[in-house]
Amino acid sequence: MISGKLLAVFGLTVVLTGGGGALAQQADAPPGDLSQSTTDHSKLEALQRDFESGPEVTAACISCHTEASDQVKESIHWTWDYEHPETGQDLGKNNVINSYCVGVAANEPRCTSCHVGYGWTDMSQPPPQEANAVDCVVCHDKSDTYFKIPAGAGKPFGQEVKEGAVTNTGKPAKPVDLKVVAQSVGLPDRDNCGNCHFYGGGGDNVKHGDLSSVLHNPTEAIDVHMASDGLNFTCSECHVSDQHQWHGSRYNVTAKDTAGAPLPGQRHDVSTCESCHDTEPHDSLTLIGFKLNSHRDKIACQTCHIPEYAKGGVPTKTVWDWSTAGTMGDNGKPMKKAGYETATGKKKPTYVTQKGNFEWGEDLQPEYFWFDGQVKYANADMEVDAAKVVEVNMISGSQDDDKSRIWPFKVMRGKQPYDTIRNRLLYPHLFGPGSDTAYWGKWDWDKAFEAGATASGTEYSGSYDFVSTEMYWPITHMVAPAKDAVHCEECHRQEGRLANIAGIHIPGANPMGPGGKLGALILVLTLLGIVAHAIMRFFGRKNMKEQ
Amino acid sequence: MAERLVKIYPPFERFYHWGQVILVLVMTFTGFRLYGIHEWIPYDQAVLVHTYAALLLMLLWVFAIFWHFTTGTWKHYVPTSEGLWQVVRFYSFGIFKGERHPYRKAYWRKHNPLQAMAYLSLKALIFPTIWITGIAYLTYRLWEPSAGSGFWIEIVGNLHVLAAFGILSFIVMHLYLMTTGHSFWKHIRPMFSGYDDIDLTPEEEAYLEADEPGRIRPAE
Repeated sequence: MISGKLLAVFGLTVVLTGGGGALAQQADAPPGDLSQSTTDHSKLEALQRDFESGPEVTAACISCHTEASDQVKESIHWTWDYEHPETGQDLGKNNVINSYCVGVAANEPRCTSCHVGYGWTDMSQPPPQEANAVDCVVCHDKSDTYFKIPAGAGKPFGQEVKEGAVTNTGKPAKPVDLKVVAQSVGLPDRDNCGNCHFYGGGGDNVKHGDLSSVLHNPTEAIDVHMASDGLNFTCSECHVSDQHQWHGSRYNVTAKDTAGAPLPGQRHDVSTCESCHDTEPHDSLTLIGFKLNSHRDKIACQTCHIPEYAKGGVPTKTVWDWSTAGTMGDNGKPMKKAGYETATGKKKPTYVTQKGNFEWGEDLQPEYFWFDGQVKYANADMEVDAAKVVEVNMISGSQDDDKSRIWPFKVMRGKQPYDTIRNRLLYPHLFGPGSDTAYWGKWDWDKAFEAGATASGTEYSGSYDFVSTEMYWPITHMVAPAKDAVHCEECHRQEGRLANIAGIHIPGANPMGPGGKLGALILVLTLLGIVAHAIMRFFGRKNMKEQ
Repeated sequence: MAERLVKIYPPFERFYHWGQVILVLVMTFTGFRLYGIHEWIPYDQAVLVHTYAALLLMLLWVFAIFWHFTTGTWKHYVPTSEGLWQVVRFYSFGIFKGERHPYRKAYWRKHNPLQAMAYLSLKALIFPTIWITGIAYLTYRLWEPSAGSGFWIEIVGNLHVLAAFGILSFIVMHLYLMTTGHSFWKHIRPMFSGYDDIDLTPEEEAYLEADEPGRIRPAE
């Protein structure tokens, strides 16, 4: 067929003159279960004993893995400290404020239960120095029995567990036999990472929206890569590591990867989609594939391939209003209202005395913004304007730079405390059973901010209020199967998905722009002229007949 | 002067005309889908059909341009003011009084001066606008990295749709003018048969009878 050949020639020309897609390499199939180790840890002499504590296990680990502890201590998992290479801003959990439980300082034992170590109880100090303060097994336990005490600064449950105790994943705690754990070790799977990362913000999927307990065991419809019945990727399949350093950052994101897939046989070393799928992922020799490939210059893969997040029945928190916290129940004790019900009938709290009001959402459509990968935070060093909605973190990017693409985000909204005189966001001391200052117990914000300021090395003037905030969370997990990707007409229409992004040309999004208006005017005038002409002909003919 | 049926539309011209009719209608329909005026077919289908039809139409134009120049047909479209006023006057006044059309088709000049001008502006202005902007649209990726591409794609898109409305207006006018004169059928038949009523001088008639007998038939 002429048209087919013509298109092939045309496509080839386009490819040769700049597309470059014909040379794209197909990514190699993912390797299977990596834990086919040459070592069976249950046979190792150093592990043939009972362990009393986590650090004892670590001491045994590093008796063979001599450099492991030092490597981990170089990683952000350990330091919780990150100096942004572009902006120079001091980030990392050690420093940043968020719009959930706000900050770590003063709340250490609760927050640092997810630190990859034991006993970091004071954020104003660096993490503990001992080599065996690193927690190896939290990432390498393959017995699925190792869980930490939620407010234990990293301490795992012991042989005895108190009645009613729960893990930080919200499940009933069971005794932990460290010998079983130590002998089970292998490469991390989704549970190892997920036991902290799926529960960020204080509960299942509270924080990210695209990282929830559903990903312990997802279907293909929920996540095509991690599906248990499909590719079954572990996190480190994409978040590749080298010497215990992982790729993938929320502060300095590779928003547009132009390097693409490595040469055949070479290892990929970034966590971008392109590192496997390359920069021309759709079939360039089909017309639609060619068109889709040209989209990726300005549209992140995630924008089309993650049509919804918070999938699979676990909602994410969308609004958190701290200003209403502190109202007691009728019995004068802290109360809970569970006003949200998921599609599968699970109740979620919409008011908690400790935390204020919440809203939740599931199967949510992301919001879209230009993003060059750079994120700044409104930390204690940044003045806020309370007359406006304060952005707790600020994403940058625009149509005009070659690093930005349109990315999907979860936007977390809420109200959180700020200092009305110093115009800074405040760090509250929330958690601390028995403490004189912790808000959760004393219900006194002034004391909580005073203590939070001391712990974080900031100041508190003595005057506070609550300010509306927004926080941006890039959505990059829960990638849908190709057939479920966003359809063309979801953006190529009026009020489509990208309607809030100004200054971009989307065919179909603006019917009757200037060209259309002028054209329609010409057409209408033509029609009117014809009608008038026809009427005059009609009467002309009538006159002639009468004559 | 004698009126005879003379073949003035050779097979290629008729094929070109009807091929263009089909492709332009398909492209108007799918183009208006892409522009957001209707949503009767899925967007990606409209992209496919619109683009394939465009490629076919461009191919047809390549042949048509070649044909215009190699056969000398282009000379039919050279604008002239000779007789233009009479034609304008006819459509503005005379037609209402039942006057006869002032223009007599010659076999070497098949359009009246107004018609020739309309076709010329279609072929030299509107068509090039739509295909230059169309190619620019289709190959946006190649020039998107250059400065100001965000501004120029707006210009390209708006010109493209403006030209599309121009073509649609032309079609509407074209169809309306077929209702003038003797009958609709009389207008449309030559584009099927190739033969139209033409006034011939005795010399022209003698020439055609002798040298191109296949091109000439008795008048009806």
